[in-house]
Amino acid sequence: MTVIGRPLDRVDGRVKTTGAARFAAEHPYPGLAHAALVPATISRGRITTLHTGEASAVPGVIAVLTHLNAPELKPAPKVTPLRLSSLVSGTSVGYLQTDEVHWDGQPIAVVVAETSAAAREAAALVRADYAPAPAMVDFAAAEADARPQRGNPLMPGEAKKGDAEAALAAAPVALDLRYTTPPHHHNALEPHATTAVWDGDRLTVHDATQAIDWFRAHLAVRFGIPAADVRVLAPFVGGGFGGKVSIWPGTILAALAARATGRPVRLALTREDVYRTVGGRTPSIQRVALGATRDGKLTALVHTSVTRTGRVGGLPEQVTSQSRHLYDAENIFLRQSIVPLDLLSNTSMRAPGESIGTFALEAAIDELACELDLDPIELRMRNEPAVNPMDGKKFAHRMLREAYAVGAERFGWHERDPRPRSMRDGRWLVGMGVASAYHPSWRFAANVTVRLSADGTVLVRCGFQEMGMGGATAQAQIAADALGVPFEAVRVEYGDSALPMSPNAGGSAQTASVAGGVLEACGRLKRSLAAMARRTGGDTPETILRRANLPYAEAAAGSDTRFGRISGQVRFMANLLREQRRWVKAASGAQFCEVRVDPDTGEVRVSRWLGVFDIGTVVNAKTAASQLRGGIVMGLGMALSEETLVDPRTGRIMNAGLAEYHVPVHADIPPIEVSFLDDPDPTMPLGILGAGEVGITGVAAAVANAVHHATGTRVRDLPITLDKLL
Amino acid sequence: MRSFSYLSAPDVETALRVIADGEGVKFLGGGTNLVDLMREGIERPATVVDITRLPLTGIEELPGGGVRVGALVRNSRLAADLLIRTRYPVLAQAVLHGASAQLRNMATVGGNLLQRTRCLYFYDGAAACNKRAPGSGCDAIGGFSRGGAILGASEHCVAAHPSDMAVALAMLDAVVEVESVRGVRRIPIADFHRLPGDTPHIETALAADELITAVELPPVPVAANSRYRKVRDRASYAFALVSVAAALNVEDGVVTEARLALGGVGTKPWRATEAERALLGAPATEDAFRRAAEAELAAAVAGPQNAFKIELARRTIVATLRRLLTEGSAA
Repeated sequence: MTVIGRPLDRVDGRVKTTGAARFAAEHPYPGLAHAALVPATISRGRITTLHTGEASAVPGVIAVLTHLNAPELKPAPKVTPLRLSSLVSGTSVGYLQTDEVHWDGQPIAVVVAETSAAAREAAALVRADYAPAPAMVDFAAAEADARPQRGNPLMPGEAKKGDAEAALAAAPVALDLRYTTPPHHHNALEPHATTAVWDGDRLTVHDATQAIDWFRAHLAVRFGIPAADVRVLAPFVGGGFGGKVSIWPGTILAALAARATGRPVRLALTREDVYRTVGGRTPSIQRVALGATRDGKLTALVHTSVTRTGRVGGLPEQVTSQSRHLYDAENIFLRQSIVPLDLLSNTSMRAPGESIGTFALEAAIDELACELDLDPIELRMRNEPAVNPMDGKKFAHRMLREAYAVGAERFGWHERDPRPRSMRDGRWLVGMGVASAYHPSWRFAANVTVRLSADGTVLVRCGFQEMGMGGATAQAQIAADALGVPFEAVRVEYGDSALPMSPNAGGSAQTASVAGGVLEACGRLKRSLAAMARRTGGDTPETILRRANLPYAEAAAGSDTRFGRISGQVRFMANLLREQRRWVKAASGAQFCEVRVDPDTGEVRVSRWLGVFDIGTVVNAKTAASQLRGGIVMGLGMALSEETLVDPRTGRIMNAGLAEYHVPVHADIPPIEVSFLDDPDPTMPLGILGAGEVGITGVAAAVANAVHHATGTRVRDLPITLDKLL
Repeated sequence: MRSFSYLSAPDVETALRVIADGEGVKFLGGGTNLVDLMREGIERPATVVDITRLPLTGIEELPGGGVRVGALVRNSRLAADLLIRTRYPVLAQAVLHGASAQLRNMATVGGNLLQRTRCLYFYDGAAACNKRAPGSGCDAIGGFSRGGAILGASEHCVAAHPSDMAVALAMLDAVVEVESVRGVRRIPIADFHRLPGDTPHIETALAADELITAVELPPVPVAANSRYRKVRDRASYAFALVSVAAALNVEDGVVTEARLALGGVGTKPWRATEAERALLGAPATEDAFRRAAEAELAAAVAGPQNAFKIELARRTIVATLRRLLTEGSAA
């Protein structure tokens, strides 16, 4: 009986709920010392004096490491096709190697002590004198300095079809709108943490990471040792959302502190440390301009964005990505621009690009629907493309029509009176809104070994990351079906760089990528068992192995030798580019939102939610629904309350904690219904399109559209706080 | 956190003697604010005296209809008490709008009165703040001041008082009983919290050696028809942008008694005496409510980020009075 699709409990649920699971900051070592960071309090300049005397005098302090006494760290190497691991370098700064300060929050010292309390108290006593230099930290003021963003073969920074500006000027109906989104932070439940242990020149690191293999490669380079001498373990990670893809100062400084003191060192970041030393989502300023005929055919679509990076690093976001694929406009112009500031590098955060890009695009489509007096779903259907609008490439899978049809029926969309401010429930104004969800699907190379033992058990080994998505459970389901064994017979080892190489947990690609490797290895294993059976006889795997007098049979997908990894990577990239030229692959969906707004105070309460998603094959209906629901919750925070406050005078984050950075609380979250179309994509392993990120996309737009329906007010600047509705 | 000595006081006398004799002594009740501030390095006591064993946990009815609440009564117990819920629904509701269930289970009445502001610049050791470091300046002015006060601020400090409970106490004319080795004092709530002026670091009338022992609620018959409305940035677990504590008596369509206090907008729990004056004898209409709100808010001063609070306060006052009229004190 097949187990793929079944809502099985996660295999690591028990150890997590009982507290038996050990996270990065929970590994005991004899002689373990604790480290704490001292953050800079200027945005740019030089340290002139560091006063460490008071800190050193705190009982229990072992060392106060600064740029004056820290061991050498090699610079972060440039990214090359053979050194993609440098992509994980959060910043280009040599921590404790320089007196230069590049952002407010850059660690300028690390205290190592016998207890974390002593380390933190001493860190608070380190004082610095600075020679500040002029810093540009005000994103809004820097908008005019933005320059076109460099693209890459997978994501061009600019794209056009026809002449969108001319079509806009000639359009019978035209809108030209400006949207803004603020900086965000991930706020994973587990703050970043590292336990680092040196054994001679060999380094073991327990880390909260989404990128085990690249962490290993990068740490090896920074500390000048062979990659084979670095082991990174991350069997449990308490949420990442992109914030744990890159190596931030904490990981490197824990290893540096361990090397300097000769002690195993644990560095568990405080929540404030996370804000100051781990990048967040860039703010954005977006223009969406739409031209249409009176009957709602799009003639022009312009979507441009300005985002920021840090001067010392940062990932450009594909803010206009979804605008290449969602609407069949005759003329399209897309451009992404970027401005570097003296702030910590921004980084990927759940659906980088699409989460904020769908806000602007999908809110603008709703505005056009109002302008045209058309139902917003109908407007979308009139512009639903048959092929990719930019270039005529085929969609590997496209089920937005079905998603909207199913959603409208289930949500009771037909009961919506289209006039704004027309629906009420007691004193509350009621509004309903929709928006499309969209996230590209990726697949990367994963090396996997699968072993079938004579006792009938199966061991799947792959160094992938588990941050709560249910990765091990899903891969066990996949292997069980591939080999025809019970789910309970499969054990999955993951979260360790000593295992076969896995790609990062990113781009919603992990399940499909690892599944590709699992299926390949299982296929080989079955073929070799069949060959064995022909030689020695036997009709079940157990009898075949017993007759062949073997304890187990094993097969691998991919090779972990240096040559094997490089050739595997090259082959894979070539495949990927070929596929990208042929297909457009994406997960998508329709988000339905109902809000209630207090007409006196402008308070918005989301009262109902339905998301209908096309994520291809659903491997585990329970964990997939949780992923999507989590994305929606995060999207509600983005829509209504989340905003990192960067003081434009100083570049300092002023709400570096959960008291003042308002993630949604339980009372903010309505019942969320998640529905899958569950139809396999023919071009992806097992038909999986990925579920990690598509859930957050479109959420903020659906809320903004529902708020407009309830109140008649368009809020184009996130978050939709009540003052914008007074 | 700085190392400190810890003492658990067996009785009030010992607690008072320790604080009278020592330097840098702080009382520890529920710890929901003090421990936070110690972790942030804002409070750095040398000695912490745990007072949770002191016999200050009663809620007693007083002759004449008032109620005496011990300073160590937990917030959750105060909100659940039948006397409080029937005579002072506004107080029970205010407490339940504060913090989270876990925090309310720990937080005490005395500690709640001493809560310190949530101003972002007060909490950030790298920022200038006259409240935290007298004379250093105020980075909140011209900075993120969405949470800042619009009433009672000075050029030295714009920090809003964070308590919900204290707003209801202000409305109820509560009296704070304090004790030291020098004796017992009774401080009217209106005098307990101070305006910042040019000494924003001095927040209350409590002397350095005094312990809050009780809060007395006088008989306030109109409070039987009272309610608390809190408006904030999410549905729960956030400090007030604006809150309103209100009680109303209306006879033949005319307001015969009105009490009003505001939270989230003042540098101290804000008794809205101008609004009360305007309401008295006025018709119980939306217009009159609005005029009363405007009378109170005429003195409001806001920056670009908290200017909305003037309009929000006006609307919330009107909406709260309207609901009192139609729904009474039903939560």
